[in-house]
Amino acid sequence: MPALVLIVVFFFVPVLLGFVLSLTNARLTSPQGPQFVGLDNFTRLFSDPLFWKSLRNTVYFGAVVVPLQSGFALGLALLINARIRGINVYRTVYFLPVVTSIVVVSILWTFMYQRDGLVNHMLQAVSFNLIQGTDWLNNPSTAMPAIIFMSIWQAVGFHMVIWLAGLQTIPGDLYEAAELDGASTWQRFKYVTWPGLRATRSFILVTITIAALSLFAQIKIMTNGGPLDSTSTVVFQSVRAGYEQQQTAYASAISLVFFVLVLTVSLVQRFLTRDKD
Amino acid sequence: MATITTTRDGVPRAASQPTRGRPDRGFGTIGGYIGRTVLALFFAFPIIFMFASSLKPDNQIFADLSSLRAFLPVGDISMDNYKAVFDTVPAWRFLANSIGVSLLTVVLGVLVNSLAAFALSRMRWRGRGFVLAAIIATLVVPFETFALPLLWWVNKLPWLVMQNGQPMWTLGWLDSYQVQIIPFIANAFSIYLYYSYFSTIPKELDEAARIDGASWFRIYRSIIMPLAGPATATVAILTFLPAWNQFLWPLMAVQSENLRPVMVGVQYFFQLDVAWGPMMAYASLITIPVLALFLSFQRAFIGSIASSGVKG
Amino acid sequence: MSRFMIERRGTAVLAGVATAALALSACGVASTSSGGSAGELTLWTHNAGNPAELGVINQIVADYNASQSKYTVKLQAFPQESYNDAVVAAATAKKLPCVLDADAPTVPNWAYAGYLTPLDLPQDLVSKQLKSTLGNYQGKLYSIGMYDAALGLFARKSALEAAGVRIATVDNPWTAQEFADALAKIKADGKYQYAFDLGTGDSGTEWWTYGYSPFLQSFGGDLIDRNGYKTAGGVLNGDAALKWASWFQGLVKNGYTPAKSSTDAFADFVNGKSAMVWSGIWHSGNLSKLGADGIVMPPPDFGNGPKIGGGSWQWAVSSTCGEKAAAMDYITFSLNKKYLAEMAEKQNVIPATEEAAAMVDGWQPGGAKRFFLDESAKYAMIRPPTPGYPFLTTTFAKAAQDIIAGGDPKTILDQAVSDIDADLKANNHYGF
Repeated sequence: MPALVLIVVFFFVPVLLGFVLSLTNARLTSPQGPQFVGLDNFTRLFSDPLFWKSLRNTVYFGAVVVPLQSGFALGLALLINARIRGINVYRTVYFLPVVTSIVVVSILWTFMYQRDGLVNHMLQAVSFNLIQGTDWLNNPSTAMPAIIFMSIWQAVGFHMVIWLAGLQTIPGDLYEAAELDGASTWQRFKYVTWPGLRATRSFILVTITIAALSLFAQIKIMTNGGPLDSTSTVVFQSVRAGYEQQQTAYASAISLVFFVLVLTVSLVQRFLTRDKD
Repeated sequence: MATITTTRDGVPRAASQPTRGRPDRGFGTIGGYIGRTVLALFFAFPIIFMFASSLKPDNQIFADLSSLRAFLPVGDISMDNYKAVFDTVPAWRFLANSIGVSLLTVVLGVLVNSLAAFALSRMRWRGRGFVLAAIIATLVVPFETFALPLLWWVNKLPWLVMQNGQPMWTLGWLDSYQVQIIPFIANAFSIYLYYSYFSTIPKELDEAARIDGASWFRIYRSIIMPLAGPATATVAILTFLPAWNQFLWPLMAVQSENLRPVMVGVQYFFQLDVAWGPMMAYASLITIPVLALFLSFQRAFIGSIASSGVKG
Repeated sequence: MSRFMIERRGTAVLAGVATAALALSACGVASTSSGGSAGELTLWTHNAGNPAELGVINQIVADYNASQSKYTVKLQAFPQESYNDAVVAAATAKKLPCVLDADAPTVPNWAYAGYLTPLDLPQDLVSKQLKSTLGNYQGKLYSIGMYDAALGLFARKSALEAAGVRIATVDNPWTAQEFADALAKIKADGKYQYAFDLGTGDSGTEWWTYGYSPFLQSFGGDLIDRNGYKTAGGVLNGDAALKWASWFQGLVKNGYTPAKSSTDAFADFVNGKSAMVWSGIWHSGNLSKLGADGIVMPPPDFGNGPKIGGGSWQWAVSSTCGEKAAAMDYITFSLNKKYLAEMAEKQNVIPATEEAAAMVDGWQPGGAKRFFLDESAKYAMIRPPTPGYPFLTTTFAKAAQDIIAGGDPKTILDQAVSDIDADLKANNHYGF
């Protein structure tokens, strides 16, 4: 099986290399070779206030994005599953942000989120100057929500398409039967649509969760973890420690802890969404 | 009214389109259009702003922010920013590289991952559960966290090249196309997606074919894959987008300018101060191909989704 | 029906792949031989996307290749934002080019890590150079620059006159008190949204250290105790540092400067949003848009003399270079006054020697651009030449960002010191 070989060579080998590194004092640039230091990096990590802050921010982001984005995506999927004239246009437009690279999108929104940027001008216009907007990315209490908003805007179309694929696997005659039985719109959703989306649901849950917990690119481009660490995430901290601060081993330790964290969350999710029937 | 027609061997055949994923007429009213249009504006406005700004000089971009002009190609409009882009970045070369790399990654990815998922979902073999779990586990590690060990590692890998008509081994993959493609072919997301999709295809289908003496590969090629259109569509998007968006990796692994992909070019515009006009022009330029690709494929994607006739 | 569609699509896709594969392999052949044939020197530079500077380098490379037949220099340019990542990645894979440029403060780190080899250049050539264009580490020369850059306090003369404050000069800079008065008066005038834009829109690390640590040094603090390079304690969290931090934070709290500038603070200045802006020589060209109203002054003296950062991009030779003598020869060739002059003119930077300065309009003594050379000679302070610099700068930049964002200066600086000292200890003080 070629996939297995590729995964072993290009995933497990480097990841294991990383795990081994986390038990050493390896540096990105150093004249000495790495030495084995046992669990030192982990002791340091657990007493690092920035790590706990990053962990909290990561969980915050995930806890908001996972339900909002999957729910919004489902709503959109239901909207564009209609057979009305021009629906393709809507479908395409909703998907537009997805095909725009996150790098481009992050730069664009950084520009728009400035104090006198487009977002604030628009808020003023629609609220007749009642809302004066803030310097979104530079205010510790709005930076993360601003990034959450943008992230959902960017990625929701993707999950919309996945929901849509799921919706379209539900046989139409089920709806017709339901309609004959006099089911309301809500009942049709509850008894036909929702159960029919079982497989799609767990796929979406897993992918959104992992993507959310891996939050990095937006942070790197838009805030660099600031202001006052309010947007520092675990992956961001790991990359910052590993590349900019050249602490390879410490960064590997962060990655390892992150790996365990996400694995746990995924296992719990799988347990909760397992077939109950 | 159309219904699912089931043939004698229990195979659900494509139902005619109108009933598939039955839409709700309730949303099709004027109100439905208004709601959908508002949402469309919400998704499109930053991108319209990007395209509009790409035609304006920096000072006009800023001046237009406070009015609807921000979204319109009005005022001092020119292609100057695009000219500046081609003066700064070998944009055609980058585009060609990205298109080639992304397409190859997609096609090889579809092939390799669907085969893997097929083996996992259809064949019975020892350790299947373990392998599946191991593959799923790879989902949870972000690429950034092992990019450096990977870099070190690919530099140790051999590669076969033809030199003067003779095959010859070279060592190290850095500064090549394969380093941008091969590590990203096998993908747990894709395998998982195919796997869960295959598991919705009734087993009776391939059992019947087995009885008729069809080989596993034939079942894969003639029964399973044709029914997996939606999964293939999703996998294709799922593979294409990250391949197109690759940034950190090519930066580290590719040194020659003529091998670089488009995303690396974005950084050419961060010199001292951001030149917003050319930046927007470049951003537009590298968004257009993906957009065009999506637009031209979307009918096929959605079409295959609507006609594949798979039970949920 | 559906079967047919999929198969047809499959064929189309296969055809697409075949084309892509052909296209790639056609290009791929050339690249596989880039291992470096005999007599080829690879050169890396950080200025992809900067046609002015890259143009000069291209010219030098072409001239050099034409001047002799033994070696061919091959140039590869990278975007500056990610240049260091590319170098470190290549070093990890033992694939560094022969000649490369480096931002001055990272040179000790790369020398310490064994990436670089000491330069062996004619002594008379080296002695002509501005001190801040030389990258020394442990008594050896590792890098040499064609130019230096400098920061300045750009201002509108009319704003200063309206506020009734004098214009500072290199010989007679503002005191801390004069600066404070100027800010208060300009703000009171109410003509400008901001009296002084610090230029905090750039979230990239190095600008924060390059731009703002000189203020700290002017207050009497520093990033690390340069006496032994063994601790940051006392210098980064001592009284002087705390004074700097509260002044720095006060600029925002008093409304003199935006907490986050736009991405082009200089354009805001030119467009009349701010009366003064903290920026660099690279903008001196744009200053002319203001005509006689645009002036540039040295930073104020906060007690320890005015300070600006010294050291810009410099050339170095990798330790894995197989043709070191040729690499030295190329660098010597590139430091010809003709090229230094051309660089100064095209890129708006300080020429590295007086000889070159004499060749460029405006740089001669008394010339319009002379300010930067005089300022640099008098007030430039290089960033701490220690291999630990990458950690210092990321830590300082984060601390400065946190201070601007309104965090408690003492907590922030104490944390920064403890982080830096932990890193120094973990690295056995980087050999100091």
